[in-house]
Amino acid sequence: MMQHEQTLIFEVSREGRTGYNLPTPTVPEVDLESLLPATMIRKEVAELPEVSELDVVRHYTALSTRNHGVDSGFYPLGSCTMKYNPKVNEDMARLPGFAHIHPLQPVETIQGALELMVDLQEQLAEITGMDEVTLQPAAGAHGEWTGLMLIKAFHERNGDTARTKVLVPDSAHGTNPASAVVAGFETVTVKSDERGLVDLDDLKSKVGADTAALMLTNPNTLGLFEADILEISKVVHEAGGKLYYDGANSNAILGIARPGDMGFDVVHLNLHKTFTGPHGGGGPGSGPVGVKRDLIPFLPTPIVTKTDKGFGLDYDRPHSIGRIKPFYGNFGINVRAYSYIKTMGAEGLTRVSREAVLNANYMFARLKDAFDVPYDTYCKHEFVLSGKRQKALGVRTLDIAKRLLDFGYHPPTIYFPLNVEECIMVEPTETESKETLDAFCDAMLQIAKEAEENPEIVQTAPHTTVVKRMDETLAARKPVLKYERREASSVK
Amino acid sequence: MNRMEFRYLPMTEQDERDMLQTIGVDSIESLLADIPESLREKASLAAIGSPLPEVDLVRHMTKLADKNKHTKSYPSFLGAGMYDHLSPTVMNHMLLRSEFYTAYTPYQPEISQGELQAMFEFQTMICELTGMDVANSSMYDGITALAEATYLASAQTKKKRVVVSGAVHPEAKDVIRTYADGPGLSVEYTNVTNGVTDVTDLDLTDASCLVVQYPNFYGRIEDLEQLAKQAHDAGALFVVSSNPLALGILESPGALGADITVGDAQPFGIPQSFGGPSCGYFAVKKSLMRKLPGRLVGQTVDEDGKRGFVLTLQAREQHIRRDKATSNICSNQALNALAASITMSALGKYGIRDMAVRNIQTAHYMKEALKAAGFTIVDEGPMFNEFVVDFGRDAEEVSRHLLEHGMIGGLPLGTYEEERQSQMLVCATELRTKEEIDQFVEVVGGMK
Repeated sequence: MMQHEQTLIFEVSREGRTGYNLPTPTVPEVDLESLLPATMIRKEVAELPEVSELDVVRHYTALSTRNHGVDSGFYPLGSCTMKYNPKVNEDMARLPGFAHIHPLQPVETIQGALELMVDLQEQLAEITGMDEVTLQPAAGAHGEWTGLMLIKAFHERNGDTARTKVLVPDSAHGTNPASAVVAGFETVTVKSDERGLVDLDDLKSKVGADTAALMLTNPNTLGLFEADILEISKVVHEAGGKLYYDGANSNAILGIARPGDMGFDVVHLNLHKTFTGPHGGGGPGSGPVGVKRDLIPFLPTPIVTKTDKGFGLDYDRPHSIGRIKPFYGNFGINVRAYSYIKTMGAEGLTRVSREAVLNANYMFARLKDAFDVPYDTYCKHEFVLSGKRQKALGVRTLDIAKRLLDFGYHPPTIYFPLNVEECIMVEPTETESKETLDAFCDAMLQIAKEAEENPEIVQTAPHTTVVKRMDETLAARKPVLKYERREASSVK
Repeated sequence: MNRMEFRYLPMTEQDERDMLQTIGVDSIESLLADIPESLREKASLAAIGSPLPEVDLVRHMTKLADKNKHTKSYPSFLGAGMYDHLSPTVMNHMLLRSEFYTAYTPYQPEISQGELQAMFEFQTMICELTGMDVANSSMYDGITALAEATYLASAQTKKKRVVVSGAVHPEAKDVIRTYADGPGLSVEYTNVTNGVTDVTDLDLTDASCLVVQYPNFYGRIEDLEQLAKQAHDAGALFVVSSNPLALGILESPGALGADITVGDAQPFGIPQSFGGPSCGYFAVKKSLMRKLPGRLVGQTVDEDGKRGFVLTLQAREQHIRRDKATSNICSNQALNALAASITMSALGKYGIRDMAVRNIQTAHYMKEALKAAGFTIVDEGPMFNEFVVDFGRDAEEVSRHLLEHGMIGGLPLGTYEEERQSQMLVCATELRTKEEIDQFVEVVGGMK
């Protein structure tokens, strides 16, 4: 098929068409001018498209075919846990009793929703080894920020106002330092050692009376388990700091190890990652936060609780940091996660992590001779390669990623973590079959060979996609951030 | 252990053996050996229970869902930031095209043109409705977007005092206050006189911004032009939180002087879903473009000169700026931005205007019917689809009575403001029929 330029919905628009009919009016029509002063009424109708219902269907169907999702093919995007999103969860979230309830309805009319939330809170507390969980944060970064605000409130309540610094490893997700700063802290970077783990000596030299917390992902973004975690926890706690767990990589530890047992005081989980959210093209997510007992008083209000009269919302928390989101979080995503946990059960969740770890190690074993390997050790749910060897041949990691598009794959995460040169970060997840992993490894090996024998084909990739490489410099230099109507179409 | 019990896990025993052999270990345990034994022992998931097959799961979930009273069976008069509106059938069908919902952030533009273009179109539609120059591709919700707007205003003006209308949503007040504790902003509220924002006695000189809601929490339409002038005269930015459906008929915040307009696109076909996920939007004047939080999609060309779309101006974002970032937002509400775009496309230019008109007419009918039944409208004035009515008795009691008659009443305001114990914030959208409204009035009238 010829690769054509996709029209915008605005370009399909023709005066006089509509894609929807409003319900039959039942109340008397009243002249708008009699209801609103003329100054409040828009002078120009907003220029939205005028299209038929079939136009809408054709347009968005066409757009969908120009998009790669997990359902389209393998999506080994490191740290993002692009696992299969079960269809039944979509149906469950759309049950009228979940989809069509208002958050401010009388509490006796929303008992099922609150029961689900209490159940989910207890499940997540069990999975993470924490004492209480709030479902309010909308996403991982929102959870990080919430967790840090809890830590800040805890220190302030103890009169410990000198704790202004948050320690963040150099391999951390970008949201970690950003969340710390937005929560009003300064960040201090902790180095990684030759093992790719937190450098204990560097940590010891930086931790102190000004330490509010250490933020850590475990396994870290290199896919390595922080084997010294108990020692790290001791060091931070002895200095009076708190330990924050970034749950982005928790797909590696379900039923295997719990952050609460590792010594973490605050945890967030990304329900759209580990618990099949889905990812939605960038969201919505859900980022519940779990805490140990001493931080419970600071949790955002309201807290969903079970009482002798059923389920309720508790606003009476005098030390709470306050509300961090309207209503009770991204309930619809929480329903999906709950449905997933119920489907898998304890045994299934444990197998999720064990098989995710086996898949990652298998791929690593198949690829580690063809690429540079910054840390040659068993990984957890993901692993990193370096494209240094290929770069010396003129083929950058970006080129490798683009060449993978020709094989029908979404590429791994690239150029992250920042402490690995030409980084390629692969996370297969447990829902992919061995055949899929093998086919992807074959493609990677072929590209490594192409880099030696025919680098141009990699450098000029992709060759099969609906568009070729995009001019990102132009986009940034001359930003066009909305459709500008052409002269002809604005004439009435 | 029966492997076939887990339909999302394809690994067979043979696969496991083959893979372990390639790795060169004899068990998965060997791959976990770096995890301290003491942690392994404690990691039980006993409380999670047994796995549920699909039929059992659906039965369990349906039972939970059925314990809730939903607005498809109980006509609802609740609004207050989450609305019961029509949702075109095509929206859900298109939303279930799984190439959209099973994708993540469009980092690889060559295979993400669908999502990128949809976001570009969303940005355009939001700019059209709000009258602003630039809109991002979504925020968590309207209220956290508003809190982020106070961050932007403070960063831009280098002032730490945030002045918020007393007539914004009480939960917005709460969230703004919590957010303010991060960078150490101070928050003050204006008076509310006759149901609208009153800044006459307020000195705005050292304020970073004046924040108002349009229509406000009590349903009233604020005089944006006047408020914008007062904010600008004092050197403060003017921030408006706006219901985008109301902008189908109301003059746009951009035309009336807003520097930042935020809000929630939930009214465009997104289910109420117990309060989330909804769909925040964030739009600014061009001069603030490089301080905008969140993801932005821009138009460009590919190597062959063909039009396409990419994430752009990423130097603003956390993954580049890390500890220099002014917002930490990463995941957003892209799928719901898509839902809103599809709904806006289906309704179209005149459909959105007519739907907005229908809302105002329906709410007007209800207001007049309540007045005719002898109830007082509080601070009556120009409104959209919500208004406050005083029943002369505990509004919670009225709410319970309505529920007994199969209706979900409006929001009793006593929870938020003691002196409003007898008042209810009532919402009537295009979905409420004359019959339902008449029944509401009859039921509350009968309580006298």
